[in-house]
Amino acid sequence: MASGSTTDHTLAAEPAITPDLVASHGLKPDEYQRILKLVGRVPSFTELGIFSAMWNEHCSYKSSRLHLKGLPTSAPWVIQGPGENAGVIDIGDGDACVFKMESHNHPSFIEPYQGATTGVGGILRDVFTMGARPIACLNLLRFGAPDHWKTRQLVSGVVAGIGGYGNSFGVPTVGGSVGFHSRYDGNILVNAMAVGIAKTDEIFYAKATGIGNPIVYLGSKTGRDGIHGATMASAAFEADADEKRPTVQVGDPFAEKLLLEATLELMRSGSVIAIQDMGAAGLTSSAVEMGAKGDLGIELDLDKVPCREPGMTAYEMMLSESQERMLMVLKPGMEAVAQAIFVKWGLDFAVIGKTTDSLRFVIKHGGVVKADLPIKELGDEAPLYDRPHVPTPKQAVLNAAQIQPPLSTGDALLKLLGSPDLCSKRWVWEQYDHIISGNVVQRPGGDAAVVRVGNGPKGLAMCTDVTPRYCEADPFEGGKQAVAESWRNLTAVGATPLALTDNLNFGNPEKPEYMGQLVGCIQGIGAAVLALDFPIVSGNVSLYNETQGKGILPTPSIGGVGLIADVALAATLAFKQDGDAILLIGTTLGWLGQSTYLAEICGREEGAPPPVDLALERKTGDFVRGLILQGTATAVHDLSDGGLAVAVAEMAMAGQLGARLTLASSVPAHGFWFGEDQARYIVTCRADAVAHVKAVGQAQGVEITALGSVGGKDLLLGDEAPISLEALKFAHERWLPSYMAQVS
Amino acid sequence: MKAAVITFPGTNRESDVARALTASGAQVSHIWHGDHELPQGTDLVVLPGGFSYGDYLRCGAIAGRAHVMDAVRAHAARGGLVLGICNGFQILVESGLLPGVLMRNAGLKFVCRMQHLRVERADTRFSAQYTRHQSIEVCIAHGEGNYEADDDTIARLEGEGLVAFRYCDAAGHVGGESNPNGSRNDIAGIYSPGLNVLGMMPHPENLIEAIIGGVDGRGLFESLCA
Repeated sequence: MASGSTTDHTLAAEPAITPDLVASHGLKPDEYQRILKLVGRVPSFTELGIFSAMWNEHCSYKSSRLHLKGLPTSAPWVIQGPGENAGVIDIGDGDACVFKMESHNHPSFIEPYQGATTGVGGILRDVFTMGARPIACLNLLRFGAPDHWKTRQLVSGVVAGIGGYGNSFGVPTVGGSVGFHSRYDGNILVNAMAVGIAKTDEIFYAKATGIGNPIVYLGSKTGRDGIHGATMASAAFEADADEKRPTVQVGDPFAEKLLLEATLELMRSGSVIAIQDMGAAGLTSSAVEMGAKGDLGIELDLDKVPCREPGMTAYEMMLSESQERMLMVLKPGMEAVAQAIFVKWGLDFAVIGKTTDSLRFVIKHGGVVKADLPIKELGDEAPLYDRPHVPTPKQAVLNAAQIQPPLSTGDALLKLLGSPDLCSKRWVWEQYDHIISGNVVQRPGGDAAVVRVGNGPKGLAMCTDVTPRYCEADPFEGGKQAVAESWRNLTAVGATPLALTDNLNFGNPEKPEYMGQLVGCIQGIGAAVLALDFPIVSGNVSLYNETQGKGILPTPSIGGVGLIADVALAATLAFKQDGDAILLIGTTLGWLGQSTYLAEICGREEGAPPPVDLALERKTGDFVRGLILQGTATAVHDLSDGGLAVAVAEMAMAGQLGARLTLASSVPAHGFWFGEDQARYIVTCRADAVAHVKAVGQAQGVEITALGSVGGKDLLLGDEAPISLEALKFAHERWLPSYMAQVS
Repeated sequence: MKAAVITFPGTNRESDVARALTASGAQVSHIWHGDHELPQGTDLVVLPGGFSYGDYLRCGAIAGRAHVMDAVRAHAARGGLVLGICNGFQILVESGLLPGVLMRNAGLKFVCRMQHLRVERADTRFSAQYTRHQSIEVCIAHGEGNYEADDDTIARLEGEGLVAFRYCDAAGHVGGESNPNGSRNDIAGIYSPGLNVLGMMPHPENLIEAIIGGVDGRGLFESLCA
């Protein structure tokens, strides 16, 4: 290939393998030694690329695998736990719920609109690859400090991107969580979750079977976008993040909508043996997974791959992360049936290879073997690290009595309601189509979204949660709390929590303090999952979330799914009628350590976070769910950031009804109104039901405090001056739109 | 009532509108965009919401020129009923069945929210179950719903009573803050001169059940099926 006159770049000589080239692929010297041993010779350039794609943190979980192993992932209702495209649970009547959450953090920081769209596209594909029709999307977003110069542009781009993809694809975006903190200044978080419905006996998996079966490429054409995307996602950002823009993929929701319809139609035709979406590390990862799971070799002929431009090399094709692509193993003889369906939908379809009995991953291009690797070892022999980790030092428990309240209760409440983290996120979710499908029973703004399954009556509740401040102060308690809050939010609408997906966003695992955060949070998550019978069925780990040496707040996002037998029974947080009694369910100690009050009102992020008593959490939640399903509770809201006063204000605003509450406790006023003790809810019921509720609570060992009653157009907190609903709404609704309207 | 719901690549509210039609007693058949003909005996053609062909060109521009639109134009010319919702409205203006254009929302953002509409006339095949100037609550979900036309066209629409719905508040007051996208004269939907073609941006099909947020959208489908 020395001739300069050749026009066929595809067959141009590949560069020689040098230590620099190895390093630029994100592979450490000892990892390269491992490759040499596995291959038995110096790898080709294409092979080196394949290893870098398979062995980066994003695809191999090499830092986290050891610690994830112990997490509870099973229950009688779990059909498929972690390890497939998405988790699957049984929701009765032959229906299954398929769901997963995944991050697209690095790309979204570099190119917010496209980064967010492809995050949504990727997670939707994970769900419909399993044979499920997506019924809802959610997300969890974390941005830098509002006064950071880049934040506004990132919020604007990410929100538009999430909407741009989901709205066009045609799935309602029903919930999420948006927060701000300076620790995300150089590394935002974009975690997207998708939920779908399939029949329990029509779930599709990635495991290939049969020798000599055709491997089929479906969807969009392969281009040069996203090459090394997964490798980028596995390294920390330096100041040159913008230079990585060419590694970001571009999303096409229209192509994905066609791919969804074509894929589901093809599945119904009975032609599909195995299917895998091309996500991170594209063709490489999808082909290796299908072969390795089925104990089969895979042979691909890259001359058959539909390409967007001529002259793409084997290396580029194997590492491209072009979106809206799928790989399938078809039943032999079904090629014509499959092709007809894809032609109807105007999508590319090509038989590009076959399964073999060799257990080798063989890539041919232009008649030349570009890669010949042992397929099982590519995944199984990926490095596994027991990284050094140090526990986060415990912080002192703060006593509310020793914290001076700088503002009156009323002023503090208004300030909290208008703070970036607690303000209304209407500006965000009005850009998402959250109504399409005609099945969204509870829209954004409540504790959890509720989506009816088909024509009902049953429905799924879903939410995304994490409190990074707590995780930073105490990873174990913070991990527990993230799961407990998810469980509580599902419970607060009346659903029985069934399973969760997690997205673990952390800093550089090679630094023992950040590795310690990861290990601590995983242990906390595990403890809560076990105690609440709320198994993990899918997830994603995103490490190296740091810029110029400083990690993000540890952010283990939890996406929870619960089931309610009849959506008509679901509770909402809005106050319903004058005269209803307001009850505080749970125990109030006035915990201000790491509270939103302490951060926003006192300017301090200190102390131990509130501990989660998991047995109490479960007991309290089961009691509240009982009240909802019996029809006794007229409104329900869980207590979380901002505590009791913020929760009551949200209930008042949603119901356009005021309330009068007394300070029914000996704890200091700011601890009572704003403390963040866990395992608590506000429940309203008719005044004549209070005695019954109290009696049942007492019998079950749940603490119930009568706070006051619903009524009027003002909120009265103890002896404080009344606050009008208009004042609450003004504070709550104003901040985000006015912030976004400013010019950066 | 025999309804034909047309699906273009990228259409995404075809099931929503089919559910609303079926609930009101219509017989629904789904028509693929590549078909050249409508089923025999079709009374109503529905162009549902979505992002036909990705809306990468002007919204509705490609769908407006699809083969099946010849059949829709012929159906409309015979006096047959045509309903275009959201992207369907955009397709109707692109296909020449209704005048004007739908521009980017004045706020430059996609907006999805509950929205009140004032029913401008209650004497058409689409609106007989409502009362004149009734304020109904449905929802909107669009990025390009800002209705605009030249002054003569607006004057004709107004003069001939062809405005179907206007954006309003709960009390029925038109204009101001209640206009979500900057549409001329707060126009949310318009009729053809024969009153047999209706294009509208809002989604009545998503508001047909109390549990899903309201039933004010039912009137339109019940009018059609009455």
